[in-house]
Amino acid sequence: MKRDELLGRVLGPGAPELTCEQCFEQLDRYVELSVAGEPADERIPGMRAHLEGCPACAEDFRSLRDLVAEREG
Amino acid sequence: MTPTQTTADSPPCDWVSRLRAQGPARQAAVKELHELLLGAARFEIGRRSAQLGHLRGGDQEDLAQQAAGDALMAVLRKLDDFRGESRFTTWAYKFALLEAAVAVRRRAWQGREIPLEEGAWTRLADLGAGAGRGVEDAELFAALREEIEASLGPRQREVLVAVALNDVPIDVLAERLGSTRGALYKNLHDARRKLRRALAARGFQIGDEGEEER
Repeated sequence: MKRDELLGRVLGPGAPELTCEQCFEQLDRYVELSVAGEPADERIPGMRAHLEGCPACAEDFRSLRDLVAEREG
Repeated sequence: MTPTQTTADSPPCDWVSRLRAQGPARQAAVKELHELLLGAARFEIGRRSAQLGHLRGGDQEDLAQQAAGDALMAVLRKLDDFRGESRFTTWAYKFALLEAAVAVRRRAWQGREIPLEEGAWTRLADLGAGAGRGVEDAELFAALREEIEASLGPRQREVLVAVALNDVPIDVLAERLGSTRGALYKNLHDARRKLRRALAARGFQIGDEGEEER
């Protein structure tokens, strides 16, 4: 494991972030903004930091993004 | 055009009003929604099939059916929470993906011991020395190990070691500890904040971007 990855895992993103519950509430909107090329991180502050810090929510984000891109894109 | 394409393109208010209707109209909408959710659950289980190598195809389909059924109940229960900020289908998909992902993670870890051993964090200095660059990093990782031992409570250490170092899925850990994903992530978040502050107090620059209370 590389230095920065190890530090990132242990210390997390270090920026203000949403909770897992807030992430789930906003996930559909964040995904649609991302897929549409809109500034999702500006519209939903704290989401990117949470996805960097929470592996499970990051997996959920990737799955929804890929499903939406496949079915609705 | 397939029924899925038809419903996916329907306006959000149409989905909600159909699901709130009575009689055959509602039954038809529920059936269509279940098909959509089943498709999403199959999608998720399909992309995670490597984690389910020991499961036969029929068992994977059972998992998808169970996830779709649970997701359908969740969507109908939370219908009032839908605010129309995304397509209804995107909003509904996330429930199916969550149910399927949690089911896969739990099935993949079924019967496996979760590495929560006391003192696992003491290996961090060795791990860090291998990953780092020179004396400063050796000092940083040694300090980190000390602070994990001195500044964190037992639950915070447990979650940090399992999730951040040993790749235990947080849902699996929550199930074993009788907790929730959100509660355990709060433990992890608080542990990380404590460590960042402790390291900063010891003079280490760790690229803090403005951590704040939440």
